[in-house]
Amino acid sequence: MTTAARAVTGRVHSWDLSTGVDGPGTRFVLFTSGCPLRCLYCANPDTWRMRDGRERTVEEVMGEIEKYRSFLTTAGGGVTLTGGEPLLQPRFTGAVLRRCKEAGLHTAIDTSGLLGARATDEMLTDTDLVLLDVKSFDVRTYRRLTGGALAPTLSFATRLNRLGVPVWIRYVLVPGWTDDLAAVDGLAEFVGGLDTVRRVDVLPFHRLGAGKYEALGIRFPLRDTRAPDPALVEEVRRRFRAHGKDAY
Amino acid sequence: MTATVTAAPLTADAWRQFAGDGWRERVDVRDFVQANYTPYEGDASFLAGPTDRTRAVWGKVSALFPEERRRGIHDVDAATPSTITSHAPGFIDRERELIVGLQTDAPLKRAIMPNGGLRMVENGLRAYGYEPDPLVSEIFGKYRKTHNDGVFDAYTPAMRTARRVGIITGLPDSYGRGRIIGDYRRVALYGTDRLIEAKRAERALLDARPSTEHVIRDREELAEQIKALRELTRMAATYGCDVSRPAATAHEAVQWLYLGYLAAVKEQNGAAMSLGRTSTFLDVYLRRDLEEGTVDESRAQELIDDFVIKLRIVRFLRTPEYDALFSGDPTWVTESIGGIGEDGRPLVTRTSFRFLQTLYNLGPAPEPNLTVLWSPALPAGFKEFCAQVSIDTSAVQYESDDLMRPRSGDDTAIACCVSAMAVGRQMQFFGARVNLAKALLYAINGGRDEMTGEQVTPEMPALTGEYLDARELTAAYDRVLDWLAGTYVDALNVIHYMHDKYAYERIEMALHDHPVHRFMACGIAGLSVAADSLSAVEHARVKVLRDGSGLAVDFRTEGEYPAYGNNDDRADAIAVRLVESFMAKVRRHPTYRDAEHTQSVLTITSNVVYGKHTGNTPDGRRAGQPFAPGANPMNGRDRHGVVASALSVAKLPYESARDGISLTTTITPEGLGHVPAERAGHLVGILDGYMAGGGFHMNVNVLDRATLEDAMEHPEKYPELTIRVSGYAVNFVRLTREQQLDVISRTFHGSL
Repeated sequence: MTTAARAVTGRVHSWDLSTGVDGPGTRFVLFTSGCPLRCLYCANPDTWRMRDGRERTVEEVMGEIEKYRSFLTTAGGGVTLTGGEPLLQPRFTGAVLRRCKEAGLHTAIDTSGLLGARATDEMLTDTDLVLLDVKSFDVRTYRRLTGGALAPTLSFATRLNRLGVPVWIRYVLVPGWTDDLAAVDGLAEFVGGLDTVRRVDVLPFHRLGAGKYEALGIRFPLRDTRAPDPALVEEVRRRFRAHGKDAY
Repeated sequence: MTATVTAAPLTADAWRQFAGDGWRERVDVRDFVQANYTPYEGDASFLAGPTDRTRAVWGKVSALFPEERRRGIHDVDAATPSTITSHAPGFIDRERELIVGLQTDAPLKRAIMPNGGLRMVENGLRAYGYEPDPLVSEIFGKYRKTHNDGVFDAYTPAMRTARRVGIITGLPDSYGRGRIIGDYRRVALYGTDRLIEAKRAERALLDARPSTEHVIRDREELAEQIKALRELTRMAATYGCDVSRPAATAHEAVQWLYLGYLAAVKEQNGAAMSLGRTSTFLDVYLRRDLEEGTVDESRAQELIDDFVIKLRIVRFLRTPEYDALFSGDPTWVTESIGGIGEDGRPLVTRTSFRFLQTLYNLGPAPEPNLTVLWSPALPAGFKEFCAQVSIDTSAVQYESDDLMRPRSGDDTAIACCVSAMAVGRQMQFFGARVNLAKALLYAINGGRDEMTGEQVTPEMPALTGEYLDARELTAAYDRVLDWLAGTYVDALNVIHYMHDKYAYERIEMALHDHPVHRFMACGIAGLSVAADSLSAVEHARVKVLRDGSGLAVDFRTEGEYPAYGNNDDRADAIAVRLVESFMAKVRRHPTYRDAEHTQSVLTITSNVVYGKHTGNTPDGRRAGQPFAPGANPMNGRDRHGVVASALSVAKLPYESARDGISLTTTITPEGLGHVPAERAGHLVGILDGYMAGGGFHMNVNVLDRATLEDAMEHPEKYPELTIRVSGYAVNFVRLTREQQLDVISRTFHGSL
């Protein structure tokens, strides 16, 4: 690694350790700052703006990760970059992924795929798993829900499939927004055709992020939306399973 | 002796098919286990559920629990000081019980044990509406001195003061000290005749030595041990069991072992009356009977279920204050399960699973205190089952087999919560703990108590600066801790001298080798408060607010400081230093009977009471607010999840805390993963990573806050809700409201 690469910096919101929610096993989760989307249900509005993050060198981040390396290896986990949108800072993200691979750690990025084009093939070689958040399979709903376009996500998914990069699809089930079963079927059919999609996590919408909105003085757009009915969650999972994917 | 002649064929039959020689020639249960056990590397699918018989027996006795909970105790025999043979046999359901024996003549009827202290007995009786028996009061007030009386005769004024102000608390000076594990397996393997013979041989060696004070004491103790074994034989006979000979079947092995334990809890009301490491020993017998076709899996499970029913109803008469301190009515019937042998074979057997299975067959319960000796090298099926049981019941604790095995061998069991003892070879003098957070305030105030202004230590200069200076504070703290360690060890010496003299554990020590290795088990509380306070002084600025008399009564922290519990060396190293430095100070003081110094970082649930007796601290904790339990980081200051928190604790050096380092974690079910079926595997990973990283102990609760809040409001809905607190488990609904709130206020490691 060159000195220049070591000096790469990124805007980081925070780091945490989680189990069974950000990829396999227990993971060091790095929350990068800045996201091009404004999903109505976002649970981390405090990571929206890059300027709110603290500037960190790759070296600093790796110093923190190093403290957990042996734990993560024994426990069966790894490192996940999420945010925010880690692909908003591709040089930083790529450098961290590379260093983690060099350290023998399993790596994952959690992304909407909107900026998938910014992920170089080299970066994806260092990525053991992509957690791909597909917010909706309906173009118009996608735009209303996130403020962005769906197409880049789908082409990123196709590219990951071509490159052989394992993918877990994440689908947040929001009543009134993403519970249209026809759209679910469309997505299920799409991912059913992608060999590298290893599983689909159907995540029931929750309002646990509401407190953050309050703290930031922002109105939480979905404050009146309820969590989906468990039967509906199961039905959506069933539809993914119908296309040959493990869905949880 | 003629007895051995007639016993010989019986012994041959009892030991049929057993392998190995060493254990036949000398009393050596470990050697027997190693020569005969069969590791089990499979999963839990072979286990049997409860039979109708088990349900009936458990139903009958558990029907008494609500009333007992309401009244405090079910019943008590106030007139009969308890001995091994004091009470007629008692039964839950004579027709259906497989394993028999109660502490008194009826289930849940408590006994009195005044040898530890008459006052404790009298207060306990009065608290629950019983009058102390005048004859008992006369005997133990006039003719027979108690341990409690002895201690107070020899306490110095300095010890009394330290005790009163709460800088040293929980001292076993008015009740049984406990934490001694008899090797109850010996009763089953050898029978009492052979054990008496072995004790006579030990005694003969002493008879050959000059009668110095130490030798006289040892001879008298061995004489008492032999008497106790005879009494055990007589008590067992009243239940129709001839324990003078070895157990010949699995049923007898469980029964004999239990009767040995029963003798101990009939005579001692020690704070912790732990069982040892019995499951793999019993598995040898169960396996033989299964092979001989005399039992099937269902009966094998029934025997363990019935044994565990008995262990669940061990009761002692204690005062409500004592129960408040320890959250309910704990007895710490700790059973150590699993671990790895020195030869690398796992010590996991089917009976290891059967013990855990009782939490399903009988429902969750705090006792016996099921403790898994964990190693990443344990068989995968066993690890997975343990984790699933934790997720389902929150009733299991884990301790690092890899830390204990090299130091005390592969026949180590946990006494109480986290104290490792080689079974039958080592014992400890239980020493409660000192309050490190209060000691820090003493350092600031020149040894004056921050709550009362009283001068407690010899006079020392108080710190007078407007802001605390790290160097000055460290030096002053060092002086206070020097004084504290000396006063503390001194007090423990007095206590244990008197306990040996007036309340000697005859039957438990009869089930130890002579001579035994003794530990002086000191302890510290308030570690995270002290570490964070020192971190605040070092990394931020701490302004002192003093009252009119110059006493520092509050602090203002300006700026941020790194807190212990975030895997951040800046703070964690301070906690490490505190543990090492207090251990070194303790070691400087000679101990009674040359016991080896150890210390624990464990509070039981007294973290609440310690907090109550400690003023505002420089870390920002308010006066009266509970400490974190054991070695836990302070609630809410561990901001990076359970792993970061656990890895901070794992840095505390076991070498300087050989009596154990306790960590209590509470994880929400979702905190172990989005997919329920994956959670056990994830918990296995966390335990593996923590222990491989040097972690010693972890209490695992898998609960969400809403459940606990609901249980506070509707206790009747949650009679079985069990949570791990600090080295043991309690019924949540039996905690005081204050303790319930403390538990709920603790960090729940979840995820968004």
